[in-house]
Amino acid sequence: MIIEIGHFALVLALFVAVVQAAVPMAGAQRGDAAWMAVARPAALAQFLLVAVAFGCLTHAFVTSDFSVLNVAQNSHSTKPMLYKVSGVWGNHEGSMLLWVLILAVFGCAVALFGRNLPPGLRSRALAIQGLISVGFLLFILFTSNPFARLLPAARDGQGLNPLLQDPGLAFHPPFLYLGYVGFSMAFSFAIAALIEGRVDAAWARWVRPWTLAAWSFLTVGIGLGSWWAYYELGWGGFWFWDPVENASFMPWLAGTALLHSSIVVEKRDTMKAWTVFLAIVAFSLSLLGTFLVRSGVLTSVHAFATDPKRGVFILILLIIVIGGSLALFAWRGPQLKSTGLFQPVSREGALLLNNLMMTVGTAVVLLGTLYPLFTDAMTGGQSKVSVGAPFYNAVFVPLMIPMIAAMAVGPMLSWKRGDLGAALTRLWLACAAAAVAVAVTWLVQTGGSVLGLIGVLFAAWLAVGTLVELAERVRLFRAPAGESLRRLARLPRAAWGMTLAHFGLAVVVAGITGAGVWKVESIQAMKPGDSVDVAGYTYTFHGAQEHQGPNYSALRGKFTVSRGGEPVVDLWPEKRVYTVRAMPTTEAAIHPTFWGDLYAVVGDAQPGGSFVTRLYFNPLVGWMWAGGLIMVLGGVLSLSDRRYRVGAPTRRRVPAGAAARA
Amino acid sequence: MKRALYFLPLLVFAVLAGYFYVGLGMDPRTLPNMLEGKPVPAFDLAPIKGRERGFANTDLLGQVTLVNVFGSWCIACQAEHPFLMRIKEAGWVPIYGIDWRERDPDAGPLWLRKWGDPYTVVGDDPKSHAAIAFGVTGAPETFLVDKQGVVRYKQVGPITPEVWEGTLWPLIQELRK
Repeated sequence: MIIEIGHFALVLALFVAVVQAAVPMAGAQRGDAAWMAVARPAALAQFLLVAVAFGCLTHAFVTSDFSVLNVAQNSHSTKPMLYKVSGVWGNHEGSMLLWVLILAVFGCAVALFGRNLPPGLRSRALAIQGLISVGFLLFILFTSNPFARLLPAARDGQGLNPLLQDPGLAFHPPFLYLGYVGFSMAFSFAIAALIEGRVDAAWARWVRPWTLAAWSFLTVGIGLGSWWAYYELGWGGFWFWDPVENASFMPWLAGTALLHSSIVVEKRDTMKAWTVFLAIVAFSLSLLGTFLVRSGVLTSVHAFATDPKRGVFILILLIIVIGGSLALFAWRGPQLKSTGLFQPVSREGALLLNNLMMTVGTAVVLLGTLYPLFTDAMTGGQSKVSVGAPFYNAVFVPLMIPMIAAMAVGPMLSWKRGDLGAALTRLWLACAAAAVAVAVTWLVQTGGSVLGLIGVLFAAWLAVGTLVELAERVRLFRAPAGESLRRLARLPRAAWGMTLAHFGLAVVVAGITGAGVWKVESIQAMKPGDSVDVAGYTYTFHGAQEHQGPNYSALRGKFTVSRGGEPVVDLWPEKRVYTVRAMPTTEAAIHPTFWGDLYAVVGDAQPGGSFVTRLYFNPLVGWMWAGGLIMVLGGVLSLSDRRYRVGAPTRRRVPAGAAARA
Repeated sequence: MKRALYFLPLLVFAVLAGYFYVGLGMDPRTLPNMLEGKPVPAFDLAPIKGRERGFANTDLLGQVTLVNVFGSWCIACQAEHPFLMRIKEAGWVPIYGIDWRERDPDAGPLWLRKWGDPYTVVGDDPKSHAAIAFGVTGAPETFLVDKQGVVRYKQVGPITPEVWEGTLWPLIQELRK
């Protein structure tokens, strides 16, 4: 019964979405306030209905109702509660429902907090949201209904893919979707602006918090995904340039560009058409991400739903949404006139450089991800060439070098016309720090790699450069300490956000450099009692025993690790076989330290009583996620800045912090 | 001219959408195999260190065989190895080995001495001559070859009991008729 209520609510949501898409848009075109006002209750009703549907499906998963096909296929009565709940979105149908739920949440947020938006802009943006919702609800109801019954009911479920039974992956999709769908807000505002033919500073301020929120969520999602890959796949790697990973990385790159270009729109009244274009691109790539994963257009190790019929539907959806918006852009884009003039050496010049690098980066990832598709279509399916890490590394490193070099300088330049010489002079400390870091690395590192030195150079440059900028803002050591402190306290949160985000990226760069360049790896067969030295640590193997978990059986190995005779830690890597699906997974044992992770994996038993073991030392790898967290913190802090807070679009006088920096 | 620039994204997307449409019709799960149904490419590999007999394509004629590409560096090959030993002990089908991409000429023979040798003959292929001719994408990979020396099936990844029961063994019996 409950499941039918859910189904019914979803059908109702579709009708409400149709109303939300049509009436306010028509009202805005005709200037009819009553029609425009429909947007708000429609968005609220939409949210309630989808939430009911989602709640019903969750109920079915929690109570293990195996008369529901989706539950029977993806859940199991012995599964821990956490994975029963995460099982709701651990499958194709449920994940689409989550997508629509998040879309409705964002729509609801605009309806609630967007009271002081210009009514035309608000109703148009909500109408576009409704339109997207119509597309996805049709898709769910016609091709992927999560409420389909299974009669007679199954005795028990088939279990969730064991790779997905993991806390990291339980929360990975919701964050990713919050990011993907979050870009729909920027998209809807962009389309509304194209229809109105006007983009101004207030518009940029409106788009900014939504973009920032989406970006922060997406950063968390990507971080969780790579963390999961790191400890679950058991190869000691964290990023594989897999199509699914790329699908989340592309909107992130485009979204980062959008964040920066919208600042230029706000402050300098220029780059308008470009910003609108980026908003369309960021959301299009999010849709493409959904599409790539769902349709099987590209293969991947963890694409969990491949079905061409759905693919055709999504393709039509993509053509309408992306093709339609790009056509609108081609038609109306030229009318968005920019007034500001551009000097290459200026804050906006640096932001333009950022945009250029981010966009080229996005294009490169897109090309690499779709390359197999191109060759495949050319050769009639005879050549499945895929593009791997060497390609991305070869292209990405040179792209990031000028960007990071400029990232420390850009914030030091003033708007309109900056003084590069003065900025560089003030960055002497960053230069010195980078030089020292490189020298120290040169001395410490064994088997010298130029890439490692480059990574350290730019990480140090960016980290110290960012701190120097902060010090400049508060006139550290130039003004009395009290004055500096007061300036520090009065610094707008958006400024803190930038400082943290840039500093976080420096930490990420250091982490990627460490784990990518100096990783130590040792693969061997070990008998109980054998010892192996990896990166100065001695791993002694004590054999492996059978071990029984709640819904899996495992082979659990034991290592004692010592360094210079001193015991460090015991590691217990596992190789699990989940009883329901008989699928093996690797549970690496990881001991994180400040300078790197000790990482051990136990493999199959070999004849003669030995086991294949893989031992790694991953230097600085934890810095990557720590840096990611710092970036997210920056995003959240900037989001809490009252000037950009949702619902405060009115232009204030130049705030104190901005005056201080000019 | 400037207006035309605004049409560029639409054009790029149109091309992409065309590719997506074509891509939808293809099965993403099957790796293409250009060799299936074609004769084994010609090759003549030297023996691995310490042995006398090398491995050439002509060795495969007149019987149904498996050609297994492996390397001492390959973890999945170790996973597969016990089952290959079982095939050899049971005498189900002769397995010919291609020892692929060994950096150290001693590594392959050592690996076989340590774990056991399931192969009738092993050819040494440090420079990927045979592997490229076979279109090997990774190790282990196994080719099922019929009496006429024609490749009938390609197994990517380890031969597991399931693959054996479900695919290889029925095919072998079919080809032996």
